[in-house]
Amino acid sequence: MTGYERPVLSVKHLNKQYGRGCLKCVNKASLLKNYCPSCGTVYACQDISFDVHPGEVVGIVGESGSGKSTLMKCLYFDQEVTDGEAYISVYENGEKNLFQQSAQQKRYIRNNVMGKVYQNPLLGLKMDFSSIGNIAEKLISAGNRHVKMMESRGIELLDKVNIPVHRRKEAPKKFSGGMQQRVQIAKALSNNPPLLLLDEVTTGLDLSVQASVLDLIKELQRELNISIVLVSHDLSVIRMLADRTFVMLEGKVIEEGLTDQILEDPQASYTQQLVHSML
Amino acid sequence: MNKAYNFAFFDEGSKREIRRATLKAIAIPGYQVPFASREMPIGRGWGTGGLQLTLSLIGKNDVLKVIDQGSDESVNAVSIKKLVSDTTGVVATEHTCDATLIQSRHRIPEVPLTKEQILVLQVPIPEPLRFFEPSEHETKKLHAEKEYSGAWLMLFEQIMNYGTMTTDADHPVMVQDRYVMAPSPIPRFDNTKMDHCKALILLGAGREKKVYAVPPYTKVVSLAFDDYPFKGESFENKHCRLCGADDVFLDELIDEEIGESYYLCNDTSYCLEMINEKKLAGVK
Amino acid sequence: MGYVAVKGGTIAIEESINRLTSERLQKGLVLDIKNIEAGLRGLIDQVMSESSLYHETLAALAIKQAEGNPEEAVFLLRAYRSTLPRKHYSKVIESEEIKVERRISASFKDIPGGQLLGATTDYTHRLLNFSLMNESEKEAQEWLSKFNEEIGHNSEKSEIISLTFPKVLDYLREEGLIAPCGNNDVEPHDVTRKSLEFPSSRSERLQILTRGQTGAVTSLAYASIRGYGAVHPTVGELRVGQLPIHISHPFELGEEEDDYYIGEVKVTEVEMLIPVAVEREYGEKDLDFEVGYGLCFGQNETKAISMSILDYSLEHPNHAFPSHNEEFVLYHIDSVESTGFISHLKMPHYVTFQSKLDSVRKTKTTSKKDEVSMVEQSL
Repeated sequence: MTGYERPVLSVKHLNKQYGRGCLKCVNKASLLKNYCPSCGTVYACQDISFDVHPGEVVGIVGESGSGKSTLMKCLYFDQEVTDGEAYISVYENGEKNLFQQSAQQKRYIRNNVMGKVYQNPLLGLKMDFSSIGNIAEKLISAGNRHVKMMESRGIELLDKVNIPVHRRKEAPKKFSGGMQQRVQIAKALSNNPPLLLLDEVTTGLDLSVQASVLDLIKELQRELNISIVLVSHDLSVIRMLADRTFVMLEGKVIEEGLTDQILEDPQASYTQQLVHSML
Repeated sequence: MNKAYNFAFFDEGSKREIRRATLKAIAIPGYQVPFASREMPIGRGWGTGGLQLTLSLIGKNDVLKVIDQGSDESVNAVSIKKLVSDTTGVVATEHTCDATLIQSRHRIPEVPLTKEQILVLQVPIPEPLRFFEPSEHETKKLHAEKEYSGAWLMLFEQIMNYGTMTTDADHPVMVQDRYVMAPSPIPRFDNTKMDHCKALILLGAGREKKVYAVPPYTKVVSLAFDDYPFKGESFENKHCRLCGADDVFLDELIDEEIGESYYLCNDTSYCLEMINEKKLAGVK
Repeated sequence: MGYVAVKGGTIAIEESINRLTSERLQKGLVLDIKNIEAGLRGLIDQVMSESSLYHETLAALAIKQAEGNPEEAVFLLRAYRSTLPRKHYSKVIESEEIKVERRISASFKDIPGGQLLGATTDYTHRLLNFSLMNESEKEAQEWLSKFNEEIGHNSEKSEIISLTFPKVLDYLREEGLIAPCGNNDVEPHDVTRKSLEFPSSRSERLQILTRGQTGAVTSLAYASIRGYGAVHPTVGELRVGQLPIHISHPFELGEEEDDYYIGEVKVTEVEMLIPVAVEREYGEKDLDFEVGYGLCFGQNETKAISMSILDYSLEHPNHAFPSHNEEFVLYHIDSVESTGFISHLKMPHYVTFQSKLDSVRKTKTTSKKDEVSMVEQSL
């Protein structure tokens, strides 16, 4: 029973600020939105806490500048948190705060227990390396030293994300935006991570391509029962994928609940606005 | 001997500083120690790293051997020997086994080295990850975190593209299970000679200002995959036209008369010794 | 009696060096060091600056030995420099003490103390002066005595006028247009004694820039103001003059008046003004000036200006432009390093080439069968 209850990812009181802060903004009362006019400090994430359970898809919705992408960057160690804690059940039995691990350990965590898909494929892929090489990179990082094994795993994954296998040696820079996202997804999944982070993965793609990428994510999630944290400014993406949803505004979580519940009965006025604009 | 300069060219302070960096390098096998590389009277890129190591180590009783591309008589080897002799009065030898200090570019001699010897290798690009990551600041972090997937990824890409690893010289090695190291542009054939070598191997990169070391009896493994093992250059069915050796690194040459290629030992002093040995045996 | 190696290399080198000497001497004339010192000021200044060694006579010797090739002359002096023990470090130099020979500002018409054009080629027409073909020492003497006579009229006056001037930038600081600049008394790193590590300190950057190859420093600075960079500079002040150098008493910690004056070095100093937007409260922006700094041995104005631009661009890293990337700039502008590595390509590489050949042959024989079967399996 405890195994079931136990979250895959647990985030506690995560804070991220850009700037040193000053006496005026120390209690955050004088902030203009999330910005201190006197010292220019931006409080991008303020006291964010949430759990992600096995097989669950958690959506984070908010406008640009709400802090949702910063949150994702902190979780994947692309940026350092100002303070806060995060635990992953499969790493050190969920007892070590990820943010306090050494750089080497953080790399291990990124390579072995997480996968991330970036909005900008330039950040997630080596554009000049082959697609299969991109997938292998993650396998190599996790200690694999068998070429044939990595090649067949790569082929399996590319096939899964609907990239024609004969194009596996081509570099992602030759691919369309939708294909690049699919290669990123294949790469992120390569080590069967229990947790996948998706940051605005369909933003900027054509509607039809968006739909196919979302379908793919949905299928993979069902098949692999992987836990996902999904960030988007687009409620329809959230509606399609997320079991539970957090609404972020100006660096804070202003509303949370089951996705259906938030769509049917939004409480905060900002959420109401968001829901209405979608309809 | 040129008396206008101090013994071995450098002032003693400079020598001590280079030796300190060398000691650090020996203490951390395979780790690139930055040092204040001096401008030398020979070109940057022409062996100044090796030369600085040699000059900081050499004493009056040393016997020096210098080879370039396997040859004692290559113009650059001669030039380096001349500079060291001019500033130290030390005699040079061509016999590998007589030398206490061997400076070499791109080769490890065929005669197995002994624990009384020091081999100094000249290094153009000491960073094995340089062509994966151009920034020194970044590669330093990768070494610190033992993040070497880039090195293997480069090999993986070669296998994907060509069906085999296509590194030529300077195939990266893992030293004592910790640091990935550029062995300097020695042929792959020589990589195995580094593993548990009895002699101290020092590597100096003058322009890039790095010193690193493989201390005696250190484990050195060439990077490879489980199913794509590391392979040296192959000279199957080939042998040296002069001495007949078939277990050494060979140079390929063209016989202009018959228009066919033939092979000679790349290590010229080894070849000469082999010929003389045979001749002696013949006399007996 | 065994076989011995042919001494081909040794003989070839000796003959090559003889050839080189004959190239230098074959016209039967010998260039006097004094003539080089007297007539090749531009080359001497460039060589001293790139060598980080201030010695006009040694520079002239290096130029003679190198047959006027600056890359070779710099190389000679650098190699000599690296054998010299450090006996003294000079006292901190205040550049206000430059005895100014030339001083201009592009920012203000009227600078306190006035613009002083001094010796410059800026307003010469670049027409070949054919009369120099047959210039005689007698003519030169005549010209000189006439010139000195003219100056002589003003000699009393010019000795009264102090040759030092206030800094243009101090004037701007008083106006509040540039942020005040405190003293930074951190001991600078000596890049010739300790190897550079990144991120670098400003003292390290300035040293590498000032010893950089003139052409390389100029090209990168040019790129950064032309479009591959984000610098829009104006020369706040450029001065050329003699800078007095002092050292303290080697054994006694004495007062300043016990310091020894050991001579002067001629330098070019540039303080470049670069406008930057500074954010104030409530997102308001002010335009402010930041300063890029350049200082070179000798009269090397283009180089000093370029150095000040690169100093600024490296203070503001920007990955979009190589001229703002410290590793890109600092690793590639040194004359001895770049020319050394480029020229090493002339050395034999036949072992590496043999190894490459082996790899190429291997790829030809490794059939692609392997790969095909792999795809089939996966399908």
